[in-house]
Amino acid sequence: MKNRFNVKQALLTIVAISLIAILYHSCTSNMKPTAALSGDEAQAVYVPPGEYDEFYAFVSGGFSGQVSVYGIPSGRMLKVIPVFSQDAEKGYGYNEETKPMLNTSYGFIPWDDAHHPELSQTNGETDGRWLFINGNNTPRVARLDLTTFETAEIIEIPNSGGNHSSPFTTENTEYVVAGTRFGVPYPQKDVEISSYAENFKGALTFISVAPEDGEMDIAFQVLLPAFDYDLAHSGKGKSHGWTFFTSYNTEQKHTLLEVNASQNDKDYIAAINWKKAEEYMAQGKYKEMPANYAHNIYDESSHIATSTMKKSVKVLLPEECPGLVYFLPTPKSPHGVDVDPTGEYIVGNGKLSADLTVHSFDKMLKAIENKAFETTIEGIPVLRFEDVLAGVVEKPGLGPLHTEFDGKGNAYTTFFISSEVVKWKVGTWEVLDRAPCYYSVGHLMIPGGDSRSPDGKYLIALNKITKDRYLPTGPELTQSAQLYDISGDKMKLLLDFPTIGEPHYAQGIAASKIMPKSKKMYPIEDNNHPYAAKGEKEARVERDGDEVHVYMTMIRSHFAPDNIEGIKVGDKVYFHVTNLEQDWDTPHGFAMMGARNAELLIMPGQTETLLWEPQHEGVLPFYCTDFCSALHQEMQGYVRISPAGSNVPLKWNLGEDEVIQ
Amino acid sequence: MKQLGRLLMIAAALSLLMLFAFPMWKIILYAPQYPDGVEMHIWINKIGGSTPATLQNINILNHYVGMKYIEPDDIPELQYFQYVIMGMIALGLLAAIANRKGLFLTWTILLVVLCLIGLYDFYLWEYDYGHNLSDTAPIKIDGASFQPPLIGKKDILNFVAVSLPHIAGYFVGLSILLGFSAWWFKGKNARNEKTTL
Ligand SMILES: [Cu+2]
Repeated sequence: MKNRFNVKQALLTIVAISLIAILYHSCTSNMKPTAALSGDEAQAVYVPPGEYDEFYAFVSGGFSGQVSVYGIPSGRMLKVIPVFSQDAEKGYGYNEETKPMLNTSYGFIPWDDAHHPELSQTNGETDGRWLFINGNNTPRVARLDLTTFETAEIIEIPNSGGNHSSPFTTENTEYVVAGTRFGVPYPQKDVEISSYAENFKGALTFISVAPEDGEMDIAFQVLLPAFDYDLAHSGKGKSHGWTFFTSYNTEQKHTLLEVNASQNDKDYIAAINWKKAEEYMAQGKYKEMPANYAHNIYDESSHIATSTMKKSVKVLLPEECPGLVYFLPTPKSPHGVDVDPTGEYIVGNGKLSADLTVHSFDKMLKAIENKAFETTIEGIPVLRFEDVLAGVVEKPGLGPLHTEFDGKGNAYTTFFISSEVVKWKVGTWEVLDRAPCYYSVGHLMIPGGDSRSPDGKYLIALNKITKDRYLPTGPELTQSAQLYDISGDKMKLLLDFPTIGEPHYAQGIAASKIMPKSKKMYPIEDNNHPYAAKGEKEARVERDGDEVHVYMTMIRSHFAPDNIEGIKVGDKVYFHVTNLEQDWDTPHGFAMMGARNAELLIMPGQTETLLWEPQHEGVLPFYCTDFCSALHQEMQGYVRISPAGSNVPLKWNLGEDEVIQ
Repeated sequence: MKQLGRLLMIAAALSLLMLFAFPMWKIILYAPQYPDGVEMHIWINKIGGSTPATLQNINILNHYVGMKYIEPDDIPELQYFQYVIMGMIALGLLAAIANRKGLFLTWTILLVVLCLIGLYDFYLWEYDYGHNLSDTAPIKIDGASFQPPLIGKKDILNFVAVSLPHIAGYFVGLSILLGFSAWWFKGKNARNEKTTL
């Protein structure tokens, strides 16, 4: 009896050991994480043909200057919205109507570096009305209209340099902000660079957003020491009324910053009481400073953008405005600053720190009340680190950059150096889970993850480097986004997909908040473009000196007129082309041979203008570029170009009805 | 209850007013690339659709196969038929004032006859649009007709065409029913009066 039992035990032991060995083997031989995906992941991201994704994701195009729109969870790209860069595909920045959108105090600038998309909010919740995004290089903030998915407005930020801590919104989109990453002479002047500490300043700009139409205006700037203001987020709930900016280079160095700006143990989070700022503004406690900046607005009914130069800006100085700004010491060179959905916790992601620092809003208020300041810098009280600290997530990873929240009491922080997302518990500061990223994650995004009500279902990691993750495409490789399921205790990698440019930050929103409001066309009766031809009867050609205006219409499947004669070398020919279609998804394109700009891509009911300067005699064709119908290939026409000074009369026709002027 | 016949007659006449508030007929075209459908509305005095541009969109579709451009101004029925209806409303109200059983029946039969003429006229227009195709049509299909159904469903090339009454059309039907009931109740009242006397 006893003997038999031992045999049984021995057998069991052998079986157990072999099982462990097999398991161990399969684990080590499957180091490639993709192989560990079980197949449920494919189901989780599969959106059957003809069905819709649950979320929109608006992903920055980084140095492409644009915004890309994806469906989540499928990762299918839906549109690239041109914002700061010319886009030949859509004629944006090439046609006469949208050129003013890219006007700045430096003239026409056809490119920028777009970093942080930010959705408008109402009561701290994304409302699907507008998307803001910053242009980093020539400081600008753009507003995109989410009924048309087009850029509606761009405002330049004066006396700023490197608009990086931007355009984070307040809880009701009272303001979007624009903090300068580079200290610059204020206002700009010719000084020695080594006079940095005395001549340079850092301006934090508050841009008001009109609640009705979203129109932006620079409400005021707060002038701070010339630190590098890196990122921002506004308070929510109880901390509504405050905006927090991280800073580095509090050493105020201007050369070899990688060493010189990394010396201080702690840099600062600047807490701005913008409600206080409003009081000071109302009391007239601002200085009017000279400035020069462009404000560009696209009018949806005329389909024309206008650019206005503005010449001054209102500035608040902290020395003269007590209670406006406080500094919260934060270890070392904090990058992102993220406020949890309750508005109590302010996470300072100290990118060179081993730990993650979390401040308490309540403690900050108490410290301010007690006036227990460590010191003051240029009139700005510096609070004591211990007084404002809520907790520390200890040794969570290397190189923390950004944190978002799931609305269930958890926070997720990206670590660039250790290339991972770490989930931790708000309040207890314990690490709950970690998931690798491929590779070198920057921002992360949970739909609504920086608002008061996150949709804690998916998380997207936005990666800077992909190396071997995709088929190679020569030296330049794609960047990527990685989708994780965060509905359970453990994060689960579902999908990765390539992005355009560098996907700095992204915003996500339930499709139901946007889809019903998406426009299908522009009503032709609302078109008040001064050169619109609202029917074929209005199609015509007019000469004014060497300027020729062609009032052209397009409808399936012809242009009116489609034959034009009497154009001369040296003319400036403006094709004002109106798409007469009033049906869903019926754009037409217009391409003129030899035009040195781009095509027009005209939505139903819209008018766009292409400038063409013919250089040689001949007869040149034009045609529709967007396959519009069964007779799309027939949608074409000719322009006859005669020598300069010739007396060929101006005439045009469609079919047999010829008109001679 | 003595006045029931007369009240029904008034209701019958007034039901026709709906022809000025709603379309009487609709033709809907379905194809996969038109997920919302293309829905044309025929009113007593105009042609419209579920969107302001429906007629333009139908004309664009029609021009591929050489169908005539539907131009409401060229359809005389859309000009004068509304006056016929106004006349019918007036006659119906006069019949109600006169309160004569025979008049109720005559009016209702007249309305039925008008409806039949209207439908026949509608059929003729459909036939004309569907068969009189331009010689210069970009797409020619031998022996094909593009005539929509008078009522019901029919495949036309890549479309499924459905032709049905719209709101005002149903009110015309209601008007006929009310007219007949007016006549019937009037007769019944008359009989009842006789028996009680
Ligand atoms: Cu076309």
